[in-house]
Amino acid sequence: MNKTTNKKRSEGATQPQGAARSEIGVRIFVPRDAAALSMGANAVAKAIAAEAQKRNAKIDIVRNGSRGMLWLEPLVEVETEKGRIAYGPVRASDVAGLFEAGFLKGARHALSHGPTEDIPYFKNQERLTFARCGLIDPLSIADYRAHGGFAGLTKAIAMEPADIVAQVTTSGLRGRGGAGFPTGIKWKTVLDTKAEQKYVCCNADEGDSGTFADRMLMEGDPFCLIEGMTIAGIAVGATRGYVYIRSEYPHAVATMREAIRVATEANWLGRTIQGSPYDFDLYVRVGAGAYICGEETSMLDSLEGKRGLVRYKPPLPAIEGLFGKPTVINNVLSLASVPIIIDKGGAYYRDFGVGRSRGTLAFQLAGNIKQGGLVEKAFGITARELIEGYGGGTASGRPVRAVQFGGPLGAYLPNSKLDTQMDYEAFAKEDAMVGHGGVVVFDDTVDMAKMARFAMEFCAIESCGKCTPCRIGSVRGVEVIDRIIADENREANIELLQDLCVTMTDGSLCAMGGLTPMPVMSALRHFPDDFHRPARAEAAE
Amino acid sequence: MSRPAETKVIEIPSGSEERARAICAAHGNRPDELLEIFHDVQHELGFIPEPVVAVVANALNLSRADVYGVLSFYHDFRRAPAGRHVVKMCRAEACQAMHTGEVCAHAERRLGTPFGETSADGEFTLEAVYCLGNCARSPAMMIDGDLYGCVDKRRFDAIIASLDS
Repeated sequence: MNKTTNKKRSEGATQPQGAARSEIGVRIFVPRDAAALSMGANAVAKAIAAEAQKRNAKIDIVRNGSRGMLWLEPLVEVETEKGRIAYGPVRASDVAGLFEAGFLKGARHALSHGPTEDIPYFKNQERLTFARCGLIDPLSIADYRAHGGFAGLTKAIAMEPADIVAQVTTSGLRGRGGAGFPTGIKWKTVLDTKAEQKYVCCNADEGDSGTFADRMLMEGDPFCLIEGMTIAGIAVGATRGYVYIRSEYPHAVATMREAIRVATEANWLGRTIQGSPYDFDLYVRVGAGAYICGEETSMLDSLEGKRGLVRYKPPLPAIEGLFGKPTVINNVLSLASVPIIIDKGGAYYRDFGVGRSRGTLAFQLAGNIKQGGLVEKAFGITARELIEGYGGGTASGRPVRAVQFGGPLGAYLPNSKLDTQMDYEAFAKEDAMVGHGGVVVFDDTVDMAKMARFAMEFCAIESCGKCTPCRIGSVRGVEVIDRIIADENREANIELLQDLCVTMTDGSLCAMGGLTPMPVMSALRHFPDDFHRPARAEAAE
Repeated sequence: MSRPAETKVIEIPSGSEERARAICAAHGNRPDELLEIFHDVQHELGFIPEPVVAVVANALNLSRADVYGVLSFYHDFRRAPAGRHVVKMCRAEACQAMHTGEVCAHAERRLGTPFGETSADGEFTLEAVYCLGNCARSPAMMIDGDLYGCVDKRRFDAIIASLDS
């Protein structure tokens, strides 16, 4: 299906030079996704270019995003008549052998997985938001358009803003950052608020452990986010947008900046976009290592160049947001889901999912898991299907004991709860949350009292300090859990911990202090034995 | 996060103030670009030298307290030079599930410095970080901006050994 793609790639797409580039070169895909790079993808790309030159083979290396099968990274794909054939995980030292085996023709090899799209992990997904991620050259507008890119924006330009908002409302899309607030309602508030200047801010401060979907999307399909933000701008009447990316993601920062440059040059951003009356300028802002800036009002202060302190609500950011102006704030994946919603209609997206959880979620299988990666599925799949079916159980081969869902502020559930359906309401019933779709698996060596302590410790490190329950409660939380572990007045201290958790939940200004009790209380509820072990000297490790 | 002890005399790179002034100007002396300005200063000078605070405050028409407040709020900004290599090890949940604690303890021994400090020979600054977005290939670490996955003790040693090759 890539045959139609022309080779007009932006100069920014990094490709090893020296490889013979001709019209008939075999296209080889070596991901530039940070997870692939972390396992040596650049060395692999270099080795492939060198080996091809040595053998006088004509190839064309494309640095794509990741397909999401991260345990196979670097996953190298070769384009053949039978489609793209996957090899992985490939190390630089495997490359000569791959050429020898004839991988340029898609031949069998110990590392071969056959056609990429037939790999069950991939084949059984429902890729709406991540349809293009890993498939295309992330910085090629031609490639993006050949795979349905800018179809949503093209339609949006011809629509009434209120109709765009209505389609998003119909889709049932809820904030993918974790809070799950209906996106359409947020947009309508901004649309209905009169102001000379409005903003669209993308929250790409993906600080939750166990989540990497925002990063993958920005590195693998950045135009999709740009398109979604531009549609949001048209829908609510905003002409400026900011993408706030955490500094821990230098690759995503570089790719987004380059994509914005390329899109502006091609007039998909900037003045009178594609001849329409709409203007939209987009800027990247880089965070500076503060987890709290993933909280939306703290992010706004950070975007204004201030300490990332949480703001009181009201006023809602939709009414008084960035620089006091009406502001749409959405997560990367909420915004990246908008192009397909506008292109195919809100009803198309709504028809995926269950109950009040519509559409798909990008589940991220992480931690102690054999086949970690990204699985985009409609809401309604069970946690067990994800962890055992897709993930293949733990990496260590030991039994799954606890799973943390939805990041550091989400609950730990025991193995016995894994048949819970993944949707916002079913998880709320278990005093848990789906959040951003992060699934962090622990085997039976985990000490849940330690994990509860870590939740409090993390809150103490990352609290912005504005409200007392969070700033001081977290410090006291660590101390109380230490006393419980040390078997000092244990039952009384457990009661004190529960009381502290209630205070933090009810009294904190934002989700940081308000949700830190969730992992703590869930650990206490589901793993009481870990809080009742004989006092012991803490192991060094 | 703990910071390097500030008992040592910090040498101010020459021309720091001129560079800071130029960077502020390149950002239009806009107060909302303060984080970007600090990132640029740190990129050029390796850290944010004390005299830069007053220069930035003056250029952006902010109080020194405001500027200092921002500088001290964010973990990324250093007020003292780092070692030749900055090693950031992820200590968040997903990496803990893959026993990052053991690798972290190993790193302290191998690099000869506790977390938050720089080795005596100035080679390594060791820092804890909470998530590098590589949670399917835990434990993760980043050295001088390069990301690594599946870092066990052996791989850690191999990566450190390969740094200057």
